[in-house]
Amino acid sequence: MKTTCFRRTTPSVAACIVALLLTASPLLVHADELQEVARLYKQGNFAAALEKADAYLAAKPRDAQMRFNKGLILTEQNKIADAIRVFSALSEDFPELPEPYNNLAVLHASQGQYEKAKTALEMAIRTHPSYSTAHENLGDIYAKMASQAYGKALQLDKSNTAAQTKLAMIKDLFTGKPDSTKIASARQAPEAPVRVAEKTPEKTVEKPVPEKVVATEKPKPTPEPVSAGSPDSSGEITQTLKAWAKAWSDKDVSAYLAFYASDFKAPGGSRQAWEKNRHERISKPKSIQVSVADPDIEITDATHAKVRFRQSYRSESIKSTTTKALTFVRSGERWLIQQENVR
Amino acid sequence: MPGVMVILFPGRLRWLVIRLMAGLLTCCMAALPAFSRSPSQELSASGAEALLIKSLHEINDNRMDAALNGIERLLKTNPNFRLAHLIKGDLLLARTRSIHSLGETSGAEQQLAGLREEAQARLQRYAEQIPHEKIPRYLLQMHADQKYAVVVDTSKARLYIYQNVQGTARYVTDYYATSGKNGADKLKEGDKKTPIGVYFITAKVPREKLTDFYGSNAFPINYPNEWDKRHGRSGFGIWLHGTPSDTYSRPPRASDGCVVLTNQDLDAIATRMQVGMTPVIISSRVEWSIPGDNIALRNELARQMELWRKDWESRNIDTYLSHYSHDFSSNGENITQWSQHKRQINHSKTWIKIGISKVGMFLYPDRDDLVVVHFDQDYSSNNLVNKMKKRQYWLKEKTGGRWKIIHEDAV
Repeated sequence: MKTTCFRRTTPSVAACIVALLLTASPLLVHADELQEVARLYKQGNFAAALEKADAYLAAKPRDAQMRFNKGLILTEQNKIADAIRVFSALSEDFPELPEPYNNLAVLHASQGQYEKAKTALEMAIRTHPSYSTAHENLGDIYAKMASQAYGKALQLDKSNTAAQTKLAMIKDLFTGKPDSTKIASARQAPEAPVRVAEKTPEKTVEKPVPEKVVATEKPKPTPEPVSAGSPDSSGEITQTLKAWAKAWSDKDVSAYLAFYASDFKAPGGSRQAWEKNRHERISKPKSIQVSVADPDIEITDATHAKVRFRQSYRSESIKSTTTKALTFVRSGERWLIQQENVR
Repeated sequence: MPGVMVILFPGRLRWLVIRLMAGLLTCCMAALPAFSRSPSQELSASGAEALLIKSLHEINDNRMDAALNGIERLLKTNPNFRLAHLIKGDLLLARTRSIHSLGETSGAEQQLAGLREEAQARLQRYAEQIPHEKIPRYLLQMHADQKYAVVVDTSKARLYIYQNVQGTARYVTDYYATSGKNGADKLKEGDKKTPIGVYFITAKVPREKLTDFYGSNAFPINYPNEWDKRHGRSGFGIWLHGTPSDTYSRPPRASDGCVVLTNQDLDAIATRMQVGMTPVIISSRVEWSIPGDNIALRNELARQMELWRKDWESRNIDTYLSHYSHDFSSNGENITQWSQHKRQINHSKTWIKIGISKVGMFLYPDRDDLVVVHFDQDYSSNNLVNKMKKRQYWLKEKTGGRWKIIHEDAV
C-alpha cells in the first residue's frame, strides 16, 4: 500500500489529500511512462506529452491514471471538449473517484455550464463527503450561479461570466512518484485563475485527511529520550506518540516537526514544501486537538518500529478519525518518524 | 479502513434566513395556511405567485433546499420572473456565506429596490387575508349586464376581480399589479401617475396591434372621465395591459400610469372584460365594507333616481330640473344651456314614459358624496322613442345634503 500526501496550493484548503493506492502492481510497470509524461507536461511540452499518453493508452486503454493525465494535458491545450470527454468517461468507469468529477466540473464551469458543474461536484462529494476541493469548488459554483441569477433578476450585462470562475483543477496524478513533486499551481491558464489542488487518483481511493504529516530533518527540541534496544521500546514509542500528538495539539510547529527523521519521506518529495505546508496547516486553525488511541506497535528490529493507531483530529472546521501508520526509526536517544501513512 | 469524517465548515454552507422576509413572513404565518380561494375556480390567481410565496415560506422555515427546488420549478415555467431569479441567487449564495437581505448583490440599485418592493407587495397579499365577508365599498350595485368589476389598489399593487351575482359583487380572485412610477392620483399628462376614480373599459386592443411592450392584451379606460376633466386633469392613454415578452412582472411602481398585469393573469381575465361595460375602479387604498353597509346609500340613490324619473315623466320641468346641480355640465353645456334646451323640448311633449333598468352604481374612491351610475333608459313620448345607455354622476350637495346630477351623458 502506498500513501502519498500532497501539498495543496491554496492555503484555504482545509485538508490535505492522501491517496491510497489499491492496486500497487501496475504502478511499478507504469512508473517510467508516467514520469515521462509528467516531465513533458511540466516542461509545457503538451504535444509530446499527449503523444506519449496516447501511445500508452493504445496498449492500456482503461488505465485511469494515464487517462487522467491526458485530460489534464488536453485542458492545457485548451481542447476543452476533448478534456470533458476524457474526464467524463473516467468518471463513468471509476465512479468512486472524486477527482474526475471535480475536473469535469471545472471544465463545465469554464464553459459557463454551471448546472453541469454543480452536478459533477455533487457527485464528487457524494463519493467523498469530506472532499474539500470539491466543496470549495461547489461553493464557487453556487456563487457563480447566484451571480448569474442576479444578472437575470437585474438584467445586468453578463458578458463577464466564464472568465471569472476560480475553480480548482486537480492535477495530482503525477505526484504518485516521489520525485515528480508538485505540479500544481505552477502552470495556470492565465486569465482563468484556476485554483489547483493536487491529488492522486490512479487506481486509488482517495481519502482526505485533515492534517497530514511527514518527515523532518533534525529534531531541535527533545522529545522523549529513548535508550537503544531497550526492552521497553514499546513504552518509549507510546510516549513519543503522545508527545507528538501533544506538540501538534499545542500547535507547536517546531516541536512537531522535530518528531520527523531527516530521511522522512515527505509527500510530494520536497521536504521544504512539506514543512511549509505543515506550518500553514498547524498554524491556521484556532485550535487543534489530536488524540491517539489503540496503538498497535510492532518492533521490526532494534532501530525500527511500526505503529498503527486511531488518530482523532479536531479543529474548528474539521473533525476526523483515521487509522494511521507511522514507521519509527531510532536516532540516538529518540524515536523519529520516518514514514507516515493513512489507512 | 476509511476514517469517519465530518466537515463542519463553519461559516460555509450555512443557511441564513433572509431578514427582510423573515420579518414579513412572521406576520404571515397565521394567515398563510388558510389562504383559501373564492368559490370561482375558473379564475384562480397565478400559480406562479403561490409557488413563490411557498418558497419564501420555506426560507422562513429554514428549508432552503425545498425553497430552491420550488424556485427552480417556478423558473422553469416562468423563466422571466426576475424576482424568482433574485431569490434563487440568494438561495445559492446562502450556501457559501450568510446573507442579510433580499438580493444580496450590488449594482443596479434601482432594479433591486423594485424587486424588493415586489417581494414585499406579493408577500403582503398573503399576510393579510382578503376580507371575504367584505367588498370594496365602491361596488354599490352592479349593472345586470356587467359580468365582472375590476378594483385596483395601487398601494398594495393588487387588482381584484369581482363577479356580478344578481347585482351584488362577489370576490373571484386577485392579481399582483403594477401602477405608476410616481404613485397614484394622476393630475396631468406625463406625471407618471395612475388616476384614482371610477372608470370603464373603452376598448380591447389585440396583441397584433400592440408593440411587445404592452404584452398580450390591452384595455384602455376612459381617463380622463367627466369628473377628471372638470378638475382639469389631463393626460390620456391609461390602459390595463400586460408585460413585454422578456418580463414576467414589473415592480409595483414602474409604469407611466397604466395598470400592468402579468400576461398570464391578463389572459385569464381578458375574455371577461366587456368593452363599455366593465368598471375599473382605481383606489390608492381600497376601502372595504360589509355589503349591508351600502344598503342605505344605495336605497337613497335609487329613491333619488326614481324621483328624477317620475319628475321627468310628469313634464313638470322645474321639478325635473331641480335634480340637476348648478354645477351641472354635459357635452359643453352648463346648467343654464341645459335647462333652456330641456324646457324647449318639454314644450312639444304631451306625454313622456321613462323606463330605467339595469342600474349600476359605483361610489367614487375616497369620497362619500360622489357616485357614478349607469343604466338602460327606455324613453318614449308623443314624438320620440329611443333606448340608450346612460351614465350620470351624482354629487351630494354640501349644504342640504341632497344628491344632484352633475353630469349626464349617453354612452
